[in-house]
Amino acid sequence: MPEPAEKTDSVAPTASAAGAPERTRGPALGRRSRRRRPDMFRIGGRIRAWQFAVIAASVFGLLLLLWVLATSYEWVKPIFLPSPSDVWDRMVELARGGELSDDVRISVTRIMIGFLIASAMAIPIGVLVGAYRFWEAALEPLVDFIRYMPVVAFVPLTILWAGTDDTQKYLIIWIGTFFQQVLLIMDNTKRVPLDFVDIGRTLGMKDRAILRRILVPAAAPGIWDSMRISLGWAWTWLVLAELVAATSGLGYRITTAQRFFQTDTIIGYILLLGLLGLVFDQVMKWLGRRFFGYAEERR
Amino acid sequence: MSHPRLEIVNLRKEFPTGRRTITALDGASMSLGENEFVSLVGTSGCGKSTLLSIVAGLQEPTDGEVLVDGRPVPGPGRDRGVVFQTYTLFPWLSARGNVEFALRGQGIGARERRETALENLKLVGLERFADARPTELSGGMKQRVALARALSYRPEILLMDEPFGALDALTRQLMQELLTSVWEQHRLTVLFVTHDVEEAVYISDRVVIMTNRPGRMKKEVKVALPRPRTYDMLGSPELGELYSEVLESIREESIALQDSDAVSA
Repeated sequence: MPEPAEKTDSVAPTASAAGAPERTRGPALGRRSRRRRPDMFRIGGRIRAWQFAVIAASVFGLLLLLWVLATSYEWVKPIFLPSPSDVWDRMVELARGGELSDDVRISVTRIMIGFLIASAMAIPIGVLVGAYRFWEAALEPLVDFIRYMPVVAFVPLTILWAGTDDTQKYLIIWIGTFFQQVLLIMDNTKRVPLDFVDIGRTLGMKDRAILRRILVPAAAPGIWDSMRISLGWAWTWLVLAELVAATSGLGYRITTAQRFFQTDTIIGYILLLGLLGLVFDQVMKWLGRRFFGYAEERR
Repeated sequence: MSHPRLEIVNLRKEFPTGRRTITALDGASMSLGENEFVSLVGTSGCGKSTLLSIVAGLQEPTDGEVLVDGRPVPGPGRDRGVVFQTYTLFPWLSARGNVEFALRGQGIGARERRETALENLKLVGLERFADARPTELSGGMKQRVALARALSYRPEILLMDEPFGALDALTRQLMQELLTSVWEQHRLTVLFVTHDVEEAVYISDRVVIMTNRPGRMKKEVKVALPRPRTYDMLGSPELGELYSEVLESIREESIALQDSDAVSA
């Protein structure tokens, strides 16, 4: 049978967006023909990839320029705000001495372990809480309550419990991410259409099979996204733990730098942390597209 | 004595909502014979989807029972296939994978599953799209795969809950023709819920009209049009007459509904 032409895609192709013909509003207003605003300045408009890249890079460039100007004209004292090149030189120096790679390695290891422990616990629990009302009643209010306790307030307690070694870092990362993850994953699971579950029922599947073969795969793309978001938070908690009590790691280096007024190290490390976070996020995004590319609607 | 294939006896369904209890169905009864195609029509909110859901075993009735071949149904089961209005294809599986999903856990070998899936996709004219993901399929194609999935495990009864409700008018018409021709080749008992009167008359052997909430059966209209049904019958005076009869009956309900809204407002 013939396939009905059903592409409901009503958005005009991008090619026509830039070279859009001028629209005139009838003969009376004929002389005042209006040019449409560039698409990127309209709500819901479009932008080309290169335009996006240029604008984004310009903002970074502008801020860097401001930084260069502020330091070269000494609007701010160098001891408070060192120049970009000073920061760069210091980072190169730390890299040559091996401190930089040690710090990164130690911190990344800590975050991976802490994050994996939290995720390994949060995924099954979050799915259960999202799937069964019993587990929701038992755990959701509790998790919601703990979630509002500031992680920072747990730092002294974790030091008393676990000392200042890596266990305490994992504990802080766990407290900071696990409870949030459970709620996010619960939500991912609840978003699976009930009709999916009903299809399983009409096929004679038992609840456990529905959980394993329908609920989990259907929620998986959302769960992965929740992982990606919570990994970003985990960085914050790691650095916090390292700032307060540690003898190694990126956060520890920042605290010692503060004692010696090495603002160049501090700023360099803060930028490095931002960069690491960004890289991890992009890797997660890329993996997500590899695993769950099917979930993306073609536009 | 032989039983009708599907018997719905005195169904009552109440939904507690806060202080009030809403009665969706009250004394709804009907029966479907072997290989009969019956449509259930009514105003929106009359409980026709609730009824279908109870027949599928997805909801428990407050009172009354559903019998298949004379035996009460204990819950959902593979003797009744269901097609929903919403798109229920699993996005992580291909069209073929979705049909095969319905055949798993039944002791059917992988090769046979594959062949059965392809056979059923062919039945709905989608064998070329066997490897396509649901996101690559249009709305009508998704519902055709859902139909293939529901037919693949050979249920005795097919339950369809406004399966074409989300489709545009042209696609819907094509789907009606497709469903009719599939059903004419592979007969089975079908309970079809819709609010589209023309659709109901065109594809059914019998149209059952429900009252407003609490829903029960108001009237039924036998559709004595010959089979195979073809598209040109839509313009025929016989169909037109039946259409008017069903529409008039529903209109009464709609007007009653409006009046009662006006009174309570």
